[in-house]
Amino acid sequence: MNSDYSVEFRNVTKIYGDSIILRNINFGIQKGKITTILGFSGAGKTTLMKHILGLVMPTEGDVIVLGQMINHLSELELREFRRNFGMVFQYAALFDFLSSFENVAFPLREFTKMNEEEITQKVMGLLDSVGISPEAAKRLPSELSGGMRKRVGLARGLALDPHIMLYDEPTSGLDPITTHTVYDLMRDTHRRNEHRGFTSIIISHDIHATLKYSDYIVFMEQGRVVEHLDVKSFIKSENPIIRRFLEL
Amino acid sequence: MKINHILEARVTDFGENILRHVKGLGDFTNFTFKTLFWTFKPPFRLKLLFDQMYFMGNKSVFIIFLTSIFTGAVFAFQIYLGFKAINADSFIGPIVTIALAKELAPVLSGLVVAGRCGAAMAAQIGSMKVTEQIDALEVMGINSYQYLAVPRILGAMLSMPLLSGIFLLIGYWGSWLIGIKVLQIDEMLYTQKIGDFMRLGMVAEGLIKATVFGYLIGIIGTYQGFNVTGGAEGVGRGTNMAVVWGMITVLVVDFFLTSFLAKIL
Repeated sequence: MNSDYSVEFRNVTKIYGDSIILRNINFGIQKGKITTILGFSGAGKTTLMKHILGLVMPTEGDVIVLGQMINHLSELELREFRRNFGMVFQYAALFDFLSSFENVAFPLREFTKMNEEEITQKVMGLLDSVGISPEAAKRLPSELSGGMRKRVGLARGLALDPHIMLYDEPTSGLDPITTHTVYDLMRDTHRRNEHRGFTSIIISHDIHATLKYSDYIVFMEQGRVVEHLDVKSFIKSENPIIRRFLEL
Repeated sequence: MKINHILEARVTDFGENILRHVKGLGDFTNFTFKTLFWTFKPPFRLKLLFDQMYFMGNKSVFIIFLTSIFTGAVFAFQIYLGFKAINADSFIGPIVTIALAKELAPVLSGLVVAGRCGAAMAAQIGSMKVTEQIDALEVMGINSYQYLAVPRILGAMLSMPLLSGIFLLIGYWGSWLIGIKVLQIDEMLYTQKIGDFMRLGMVAEGLIKATVFGYLIGIIGTYQGFNVTGGAEGVGRGTNMAVVWGMITVLVVDFFLTSFLAKIL
């Protein structure tokens, strides 16, 4: 196991029925860096992310996360292990029956023994760090804009101080200005937590934001990893599929 | 040649339908075992259970009140019309009370709860599924069956006998109002006959049925919610299925449960 990697895929193949979704995936995601998994729709990005979370198991091969071979963990061990992750979903996936405050407090109430005062302090701190006002904290997700929901989702993902933060198409449905605000926030969050080996993994097909904010890019097509490069090398890649993507 | 093609298509459709239903049955059985397993695993989420009991029980009381008072009243009136001819109108009390205790209270409460709460369960869980809220729970390491399904199933199981008991009491009151106050039946005779014919086992039969119906409504509603696919339209379809299957199941299982309980009570 390579200690430079937060996540490592070893000969991972995933087959659903007659369809091969992932084909012999071999690569590692650098610890402490921002890595974006890029590709067209149907390339296998989301399936790859579900393997990292242990929501889907490989048909062949191994997935090693933070030194643990997660496809060998029991269901209960996996549930425990998932507390190492924070995740921001495509449409934030905030619990619609809870206020913004309660959404962020939810993991703290479930998994920590913090008292009410400590929870309030931590939640307000997290919401403040993502630019959510105390007034907005009282609102239900349905009363927030798309960008605000993403920010609350980010605060919720950070509540348990995860080692790996996953973002599934974090800016889809947002206007260009809000998109960059959200990306700035993601980068700031990463920089604030970088000292403890915090790894950010972004699933995206937004090439411009990816080039601006990522350290590494994994490009996928039809279940294969076409390239895994740092941003500078990625821009220079002569691979025709990547060139086509870059020219979009 | 053409007939061959049509026949082949029909046989294929038939086979695919059977396979789909067998798969559906397998999925439902799997879901049932998973929820059973997670019912007995800590943490036990009592607050969620009480929230569900409040929603299913307390918030259904008014509908149960309306349904039961008119059921008791109309049943008493119909029996009076028939029994008056043979001078047996004093039997209205025991007939209405026994029918309420053994059949009407659990079955009609079941139908009301299937319509109101079964639909709500499927809609709530279904919309959580299509908006990835269930995935968010799983990613946090929280078992969604334990968090969403178990409190609803237990809530329905515990609320249903209470609602059925309320149905029985209010239904009796409705029949009493019609029998004594409107139709002027002798009150002493009315209540005495109930005492002569009514047994505790009859009330127990109704309560057992109500508990079983609660479980079935809960498991069907939550299963339909967890199996929602395809956005808002899917949520609507799941909600519809939860109500239809919940009501049919209550009526069908009532028959078999009655035969079974008649032997043991």
